[in-house]
Amino acid sequence: MSDKQTFDWRGLVLPVAFVALWYALTSLHLVNTKLIVPPAGVLITGWKELADLNFYLGVALSLWRDLSGFAIGALAGVAVGTLIGVSRLADKLIGPTFHTARQISLFAWLPLLSALLGTGDGAKVIFIAFSAFYPVVLGTLEGVRGVTAGHAEVARVYGFNRAQVLFKLVLPAASPQILSGVRLGLIYAWLATIGAEFLLVNDGQGLGNIVFKGRNAFNVELIVFGLLAIGLVGNVFNRIATRAEAHLLRWRPPAP
Amino acid sequence: MPQAGTIDIKNLNKQYDVKGKALKVLDNISLSIKPGEFISIVGSSGCGKSTLLRLLIGLESGYEGEILLDGQRIQGTSLDRGIVFQEHRLFPWLTVEQNVGLGLLNAPGTQAAKDKSVQEHISLVGLKGFEKAYPYQLSGGMSQRVAIARALVNRPEVLLLDEPFGALDALTRTRLQQELQRIWQAEGITAVLVTHDVEEAVYLGDRVVVMQPRPGRIQRIVDVPLARPRDRVAADFVAIKDDVLSEFSHEINHATVAERLERANALAA
Repeated sequence: MSDKQTFDWRGLVLPVAFVALWYALTSLHLVNTKLIVPPAGVLITGWKELADLNFYLGVALSLWRDLSGFAIGALAGVAVGTLIGVSRLADKLIGPTFHTARQISLFAWLPLLSALLGTGDGAKVIFIAFSAFYPVVLGTLEGVRGVTAGHAEVARVYGFNRAQVLFKLVLPAASPQILSGVRLGLIYAWLATIGAEFLLVNDGQGLGNIVFKGRNAFNVELIVFGLLAIGLVGNVFNRIATRAEAHLLRWRPPAP
Repeated sequence: MPQAGTIDIKNLNKQYDVKGKALKVLDNISLSIKPGEFISIVGSSGCGKSTLLRLLIGLESGYEGEILLDGQRIQGTSLDRGIVFQEHRLFPWLTVEQNVGLGLLNAPGTQAAKDKSVQEHISLVGLKGFEKAYPYQLSGGMSQRVAIARALVNRPEVLLLDEPFGALDALTRTRLQQELQRIWQAEGITAVLVTHDVEEAVYLGDRVVVMQPRPGRIQRIVDVPLARPRDRVAADFVAIKDDVLSEFSHEINHATVAERLERANALAA
């Protein structure tokens, strides 16, 4: 079993090398240190932020928006994906509209969203939900269509009713592809959260807003710190998602 | 012991429409199967034996004639009739005991009774200790045993087997034939096995139904009045096997026992 708990140090090589280069460039004044600020500056600014309660409130708010939007988008995605995948009629009715709408860049929806819903949390959460929705539908669709006829016959032999077919056959059978779509949806949702905080600014709270504030105040240290924090949160999500996926898909043969 | 079912097939006809033309798959099949009997159906590809089995399990319909279980017309699938397919068709996301438990999902009874039946049947097929394994961890033979346990767990009246060992290697096949033999005797239910393997058919069946293709018809029914467990190399076994094989003589060149005796006598003389 490849369930090692030991940390793989090789993942740190690039970041460490990068920081070392960054430090060298700034301390040797090889770059404009007003724009490419020294690492030390980022650390100091970062330390100040971390001491401020508002920072944590901001992170919590971003997380709340992200997870609500993601949950709505993912659930809707599984529902719509299953519907289109299972029902020919639904596929003919909804499919074309869905596939066309999917081609429209999410950001193109923002003007319409803000006109209808303003720039509050509602608009942000809807935007985030949208971004998680598409990959989850696609993953679910692929998974649901992959259910084999052989298994479907087993369900008939044992008298599965509609609900059992859905929850005991279709969704479990499709779970690898659904989870794949959900993983992607999680990533897009986080990207959309920061994007929404940038582009639907209202109360100035949230992780994205820290970067936004930094840009407005020309505080590059703050921008860089904000980026680091955003990246870190994304990384934590990724690890949790990987663990959850490994557990849910433990019935799969291990990769060769 | 589950109750063994009586099967009556009367004047069964089935055809498919292929590009506007009717393709007759089964032609006037009539067969009576006694409770607790083991029937083997042998035939080459295209003789309709699998279609017959699928009609018996209720996965296919649209036929003329009658298919009766204990005197009642069968309607679609039911927990009265269990089936083992050529592929094990286990749900990969479920453990062995959960897969076997599927057979009882829609059966009446308490959860405790169902759990007990699951454990009993896992033991019956010789997989004690593997309850929590996932299908990817099992060999082909083991997976097929789980499929057999799943088919028997709700104590059906009839067990149908559609070339259950066709996808396995020869050694495993021989072992599982013996296992099936033992399991069937322990459960005492009616069994119908479809196979293209004549030796398997004679080893397991009380009677061997030989089918001919295009359209599928019963060519002959051969009795196998041998005690179990049977010895594949015993003279009486080989004689019956030859007898069945001779029905395929237009397809294979195989000297019958009679011809061999003749030759032996000619040589001795």
